[in-house]
Amino acid sequence: MATKVRIPTTLRPLTSGESTVSADGSTVKEVIERLDASFPGMAAQLLDSDGSLRRFVNVFLSDEDVRFMDGLQTPVPDGSTIAIVPAVAGGN
Amino acid sequence: MATFRDILIATKGRIREVDTAEGEALRKEGAVFLDVREPDEFEQGTIPGSIHIPRGHLEANAEARLPRRDTPIVVYCAGGVRSAFAADTLQDLSYTGVVSMDGGFNRWKDEGRPWSVPRSLTPEQRNRYHRHILLPEVGEEGQMRLLDSKVLCLGAGGLGSPAALYLAAAGVGTLGVVDMDVVDASNLQRQILHNLERVGERKVDSAKKTITALNPDVNVVCHDVRLGADNILSIIDGYDVIVDGADNFPVRYMLNDASVKLGIPVVHGSIFRFEGMVTVFDPKEGPTYRDLVPEPPPSELAPSCAEAGVLGVLPGVVGSLQALEALKIVLGYGDVLRGRLLTFDAGDMSFREYRVRPDPSNRITWENRDRIQIVELEGLCGPAVLSG
Repeated sequence: MATKVRIPTTLRPLTSGESTVSADGSTVKEVIERLDASFPGMAAQLLDSDGSLRRFVNVFLSDEDVRFMDGLQTPVPDGSTIAIVPAVAGGN
Repeated sequence: MATFRDILIATKGRIREVDTAEGEALRKEGAVFLDVREPDEFEQGTIPGSIHIPRGHLEANAEARLPRRDTPIVVYCAGGVRSAFAADTLQDLSYTGVVSMDGGFNRWKDEGRPWSVPRSLTPEQRNRYHRHILLPEVGEEGQMRLLDSKVLCLGAGGLGSPAALYLAAAGVGTLGVVDMDVVDASNLQRQILHNLERVGERKVDSAKKTITALNPDVNVVCHDVRLGADNILSIIDGYDVIVDGADNFPVRYMLNDASVKLGIPVVHGSIFRFEGMVTVFDPKEGPTYRDLVPEPPPSELAPSCAEAGVLGVLPGVVGSLQALEALKIVLGYGDVLRGRLLTFDAGDMSFREYRVRPDPSNRITWENRDRIQIVELEGLCGPAVLSG
């Protein structure tokens, strides 16, 4: 069963406006790789040039930030939901 | 035929009485003091910290005001008669630790024990805040706490507008407003503090006019300045809660560092196009901004609302949630969004919640407060600066 990935407004131009997409993968890293294959440019938004998760993007597996789990190596159980939540600063 | 005397003797036989000396000792041990006299008696003087429920309302109000049945309670009236009946009633309601204080408030006062005239709301305030006073969790006491409280709204824009309006309506006594902009017609699609007549006016002045017209109880403190390392600590010092409605990363990081240094809780709100998020950063008790966002995005990946647009009403939802959390912090009521990130997507009308945890690599913490240096942050907002 595929993993559901919630796409924030900032990244929806890459998914033709879709707010939820599916991607397979047994780790967070694999899910991002699959996402990038379907929606080219996604990985560059989420990962640094050295391949680590950008520090201003929070990736939550269910309700837990993967930064406090095993980062990109965090296992993704079947049927999970991943949410990408980038920091935004607007208030006006 | 039973007389008053018979009933009183029978009642006193069912309860325990203490004298004023034992009452004072129980007070020092943390017993709840319950004043069952009439409002006009209470208003002339009471034992500080007492809960006031006139005897006529006791059965109806006891459970809401005294939620725990095992709370040690010292009931008193003027002399010890009404309190004896009240103690008996509380025992009927299954309260297990009730005593009646013989001699009552009059003997207590004559003996020079501590008492004071309770502060009270004016008749106009009782009417204005009536819906608050009806809530046992707020009541007159909570309303007075709100009137004594000081909340700072950072920004009088999209988020600051609804937040300031609702906080003012609820009777927050001092509202600080920080904004250095002037009102522009393009603000009026969402910034409901302002109106067409105010275009060109300083936002802080426009905010003050709107808030004062809504509730003259509120003292509006205007800070028409650009927040910088030189002034942020002196501006935020003394506020109980800060509602963060800033519109850029550098100010949000600087506010974080300053609020951590001073230990002031921040109710964070941020919006982008159709989405928003709210959380509470309480430096003394939970994670803060740098735990959630260790580094800001580069500016090309962080367009502002001015560049990217924002749906009207969205800041109303997020700013109102911020006001609600600020109110709860002041009242000490409920569970606030400490360590919880609430996100809102107006597109599919969904709220979601995520955990926020302290990041062990974040050194801008309450424990390190004496070493936190506030610096102006331009573009990139890290690394955080600690002295020593």
